[in-house]
Amino acid sequence: MRQLFASAWVIARRDYVTTVFSRIFLLFLLTPVFPAIFGGVFASLGANDDAAGRNVPLVAIATDAPSAQTLIAAHDRLRKRLGPDALPDLARQPVAGAGSSLLAGRGHGYDAVLTGSLDVPHFLLAAHAPSSLSQDIGLIVDTARADRDLKGIARPPVDLGRDRVPAPPEVAQQDRTGIAKAGQTGLFIILVMLAGMSLSTFIEEKSNKVIEVLAAAVPVDAIFLGKLASMLGIALTFVGAWSVAIAGGIIAFKPAMLAGLPVPAVGWPVFVALLIAYFVGNYLLLGAVFLGIGSQAGSPREIQVMALPVTMLQLVLYGFASAGVAHPDRWISIAAALFPWSSPLAMIARAAELPALWPHVLAILWQIVWLALVLRVAAGMFRRAVLKSGTGWRWPWMRASR
Amino acid sequence: MTGLAVEAHRLVKRFEGQRAVDGIDLAVAEGTIHGVLGPNGAGKTTTLRTLLGIIEPDEGWRKVLGDDRPMRAAPRVGYLPEERGLYPSMQAKEAIAFLGNLRGMTLADGRRRAMELLEEAGLGEAGTKTIRQLSKGMAQTVQLLGTIVHRPRLLVLDEPFSGLDAINQQRLEGLIREQVADGATVLFSTHVIAHAERLCERISVIAKGRVRFDGTVAEARGRLPQRVQLTTRHAEGGWRGALPADTVADGQHFTFALPAGGIEPVLEALIAGGAGIEALSIERPSLHEAFVDLVGEPVPQPEAGEMAS
Repeated sequence: MRQLFASAWVIARRDYVTTVFSRIFLLFLLTPVFPAIFGGVFASLGANDDAAGRNVPLVAIATDAPSAQTLIAAHDRLRKRLGPDALPDLARQPVAGAGSSLLAGRGHGYDAVLTGSLDVPHFLLAAHAPSSLSQDIGLIVDTARADRDLKGIARPPVDLGRDRVPAPPEVAQQDRTGIAKAGQTGLFIILVMLAGMSLSTFIEEKSNKVIEVLAAAVPVDAIFLGKLASMLGIALTFVGAWSVAIAGGIIAFKPAMLAGLPVPAVGWPVFVALLIAYFVGNYLLLGAVFLGIGSQAGSPREIQVMALPVTMLQLVLYGFASAGVAHPDRWISIAAALFPWSSPLAMIARAAELPALWPHVLAILWQIVWLALVLRVAAGMFRRAVLKSGTGWRWPWMRASR
Repeated sequence: MTGLAVEAHRLVKRFEGQRAVDGIDLAVAEGTIHGVLGPNGAGKTTTLRTLLGIIEPDEGWRKVLGDDRPMRAAPRVGYLPEERGLYPSMQAKEAIAFLGNLRGMTLADGRRRAMELLEEAGLGEAGTKTIRQLSKGMAQTVQLLGTIVHRPRLLVLDEPFSGLDAINQQRLEGLIREQVADGATVLFSTHVIAHAERLCERISVIAKGRVRFDGTVAEARGRLPQRVQLTTRHAEGGWRGALPADTVADGQHFTFALPAGGIEPVLEALIAGGAGIEALSIERPSLHEAFVDLVGEPVPQPEAGEMAS
């Protein structure tokens, strides 16, 4: 057993390193970076625009010093609650004669000026300023007065919390069905893109005859296991890079997208963990079959011919798994969860809809058993059909001509 | 050094109903060079692959380095397949290290030893070139180095000389002898008799999936009587009666098997009859002749390149 895994590791490492550290793969891997870079550039351009366009009026406070202090404290407190753009900016100015002199010319850029004191304020708008400024400043003055009058007996700002009524169950269920479908579809799309690669994995060794050296040095089971592990490693590298780029992009630039997201039945952390587990499970199960089929092929042409039926097969599995997505306890959902190749897709939908965790433990064990089985069968077929004949599988009419 | 490195008993392997290997027995003593000879399609490669555990025999059993499951002995075995194969995009050094890694070496050790071996072989600067960039002969050498990088106790070489030029054949012979001097056992197959004759202590001649002969080269030759080549001044004379019945005459040149009573009675008759002996030689039959006799059918003559050296 140790020899099996050690040998599989040697094969997997060679395959992984050769694929991942090639220039082509770097390009492949960097693709998700390009949209991220563009997104970043555009977003920062947009942010600059916003900064330049932040059109908050500026009001000079030229009252006596205690009034000015109280006003600015009140302004800060209001701003915390109302947001940065709701109130005009304030700037203290030493008392210097009439307010109109501060508004004269364009030098200071003030939209209004407040002079006098809290008790006897004088407010003067610039010619171009919106009249609503007077209401805004009025609110600040009112608050400042109240602060001053209530000094010592005012209570600290209250925190009301964020409790809300739960969404009505049918809405939650709809949302969860949405997550279930999204999870299934996401898995399916990634698998269709990546699992087909394992069809052609053996062509390299068969065409350059390395297979004979491998088969002499390590058990065929180890070759299959190693190949499959390297394929998974490559797929995870790729999916990981994409996921980090996308998730990073959303968190950095559009955090609001996450706020309104419904929660799957098992909760987000478990759901994401299961998503990864079922991706691995589905990838390995399909990959093992494709590896087995591909290992029988004698030429790249045969691989090309096989690509279409293999994709169709995945579509059928996806259809099977999604048929029962809205009703996780109907027979069709359970059948899809039991059939090993649709099981990961069906189970991820279940994770979105039902909170119980034990079916997932069972499903994962079930998938592991099948994976071992498929690998044994594929390796056995390979030994019989490819290694023993030495010339690969032949059509009956080709056998006759030998 | 008294044990057997390879032992096979009544191995049978059928392909599509035909017996490619039909009850082969084999015993290779540790520390020796053993040749498996046979015409093309005799079942040599299938025999070797069965011994190595690449394929399972339908009947019979085999032991490799004392283990009846050859895969378990794999880290102590080196194998050069008839159809050479390396990853074309791999550097020579990496390719050798990878082959060592497959046989249980660490990659770091493999790389270190790969450079040593390449430099010994005068290919030090090829270490960082990819296999694709190397000439065919160099790539073959790289594969051979990959076969011995982990210092195997048993080296199995399938037609190791095919495709090599005379210089490289010589080198390979040297390398095989070195391995044996270090205590390894070498089992190789060939259809070129000259190599077996020079290298092997024992040979097994295989034809149609069966062992036709197993023994030393001298024993193989000893199975045939020695040949007498005679040239006389005169073509005819009473002395002709003294020549054995199976004599092949070509003018004044005669060839016949050495008679059971020795050459003296014939010589006396020739001298007495005044045949005029110009040349007389008694030759041991070549392994080639023994081989043809054993296989029971003419074997194709080796190509000029393979005959060299």
